[in-house]
Amino acid sequence: MPGTKIVVGLDGSEASSRVLDVVRQQAKAMESCEVIAVYVIEWSPFSFQTPEENAERHKRREQDIKLARERVVEPALAALQAGGLSVSGRVEHGDAADILDRIAVKEGAAQIIIGRVGARGLTERIFGGVSGRLVAQSSVPVTIVP
Amino acid sequence: MRNLPLAFLATLFSALLTGAARAQEAATPMGIDQKINQIFADYTGWYVGFIFAPIPGTDFSWIAMWLVIGALVFTFYFGFIQFRGFAHSIALVKGDYSNPDDAGEVSHFQALATALSGTVGLGNIAGVAVAVGIGGPGATFWMIVAGLFGMATKFTECTLGVKYRNEYPDGTVSGGPMYYIVKGFEERGLPAGKVMAVIFCIFTILGALGGGNMFQANQAHAQIAGVFGDFPGWITGVILAAITFAVIAGGLKSIARVTEKIVPFMGIFYVVVSILILLLNFDQIGWAFGQIFAGAFTGLGVAGGFTGALIQGFRRAAFSNEAGIGSAAIAHSAVRTKEPVTEGYVALLEPFIDTVVICTMTALVIVITGVLNQDPETGLYIWNAEAGRIATDGGVSGVELTSLAYAQEFSWFPILLMVAVVLFAFSTMISWSYYGLKAWTYLFGEGAAKELVFKTIFCIFIVIGAAASLGPVIDFSDAMLFSMAIVNIIALYLLMPIVKGELSRYIGKLRSGEIQKFKG
Repeated sequence: MPGTKIVVGLDGSEASSRVLDVVRQQAKAMESCEVIAVYVIEWSPFSFQTPEENAERHKRREQDIKLARERVVEPALAALQAGGLSVSGRVEHGDAADILDRIAVKEGAAQIIIGRVGARGLTERIFGGVSGRLVAQSSVPVTIVP
Repeated sequence: MRNLPLAFLATLFSALLTGAARAQEAATPMGIDQKINQIFADYTGWYVGFIFAPIPGTDFSWIAMWLVIGALVFTFYFGFIQFRGFAHSIALVKGDYSNPDDAGEVSHFQALATALSGTVGLGNIAGVAVAVGIGGPGATFWMIVAGLFGMATKFTECTLGVKYRNEYPDGTVSGGPMYYIVKGFEERGLPAGKVMAVIFCIFTILGALGGGNMFQANQAHAQIAGVFGDFPGWITGVILAAITFAVIAGGLKSIARVTEKIVPFMGIFYVVVSILILLLNFDQIGWAFGQIFAGAFTGLGVAGGFTGALIQGFRRAAFSNEAGIGSAAIAHSAVRTKEPVTEGYVALLEPFIDTVVICTMTALVIVITGVLNQDPETGLYIWNAEAGRIATDGGVSGVELTSLAYAQEFSWFPILLMVAVVLFAFSTMISWSYYGLKAWTYLFGEGAAKELVFKTIFCIFIVIGAAASLGPVIDFSDAMLFSMAIVNIIALYLLMPIVKGELSRYIGKLRSGEIQKFKG
């Protein structure tokens, strides 16, 4: 029987390590569990850029993915693997709430676990943070780690 | 190759100095502006005269006709792609066909928005006022017609731009006419590709320094001075140059990003205000369209009549949306797509937004607010023979006429228009600094030092443009800009079968279901 899948949203912040603790606890309670750790680089295809930024976009995207992998995803994977969990990681561009939900649906995950990222600035206050939007639109249960 | 940029600079300056020495010999004391003007008028006047020469018996320049004929040819050759493919273009921009795995790459929307911020500008505000002021409301009709045809030109050049761009190992891309001329000509076994590409690049560099830079800086200063009172142009020039240098050479991307964000909103705001004015004068919209249609074919008493309206409308559309110039092909080539023709579809929206929507809004507001004087008895426009245009309230023309028309409804509009003109000018300069740079690196090779040479020259020209009234210099540079279209459109004629091949292959894939929507 394939293990229960859990999608974990990473953001590289302090909260992430608390998230990983919760993941480990939850995984322990399960018979077999597969963790998919996701780091989302906020990105909108409808933003405005200069011609030069456009020309360099592909290069920057590759660099961003590499950095996110090295600094956030791989340390998280190492920490989880040390706990004996089966893990995989990915870096995506887009809207974090949308992407976490999409991956959860696609992978048939049982739940999404993310840290509660505090409101960062006016836009987040008006439109809600990632966690707020995820809770509002998620197709699977969501655990928010304070 | 390494010292070529410096050699180029040295030649440029020595030409200027030799010319200056000759001007000195004329012995009459002249200001530096006048000296430079004199040199340019002496050495380049013949070329400017040639480019903007009217077709015999008309006052319609052959270069505008060249652009319009090109647009017609592409429209028929691609079977009215701008109408058949319009809905598909919108779907592409909305991202319906974008693979989510490609998120984070340049989207169709971004390529379009970037290209638009290079073209939307003074032409939409001042140029339209000139066209309607001389050609009457009927000019609007021909402007729309020319804008609609121009969409096919953009389709052709931007498809080629993406197909033949260079992709470097580090992931950056360079594209534009110089690349498709060389590679496309090679593919079709045509001679002289390299020579044409080099000529195109020289025109691009000179056009970028003038029409894409000095003219913009000059007009931005004129607008600021118009609102705050006159002050030396070099002050505006130095500030603009410093900001531009910080952006293009100093990597101060945040300023560019802010501008790139504000400019589209300015554009949208401009359209919204225009629609508001039209709604406030709702009862007159039918009348205004009547004027536009009647004027398109009769002239409504405007000197030149039908041909006057046609000439002004065509000229304005051709000069405003840059279809056929080749600049858009540079801007659009950064998009990430497996199918080059998709970017052609997206690019054809550019003349639509620039000319058919924004220019038409300006024209409608000018017509509807009644700032063009009409004889109350005959309904014909009153011709101011001395000025060579329709009489207006206060005798204004160009940007002031637009400003006056909008101020009829909203008195605060001139301030907003000033901000818009300055921002549009700035974003046009940022775009053209890039187009010029691409031509420069094509000629001299890529490399930080070589690029810095061009960026420095570009910023120096901003100061010159804002400080001096350099009519002949700007005329020369405008001539360069339109010379780009001579080379580019010849290349487009020769390469259009390749685009047709791409298009049929793509449509085949769409029909067979090989290419499918990801959403929507």
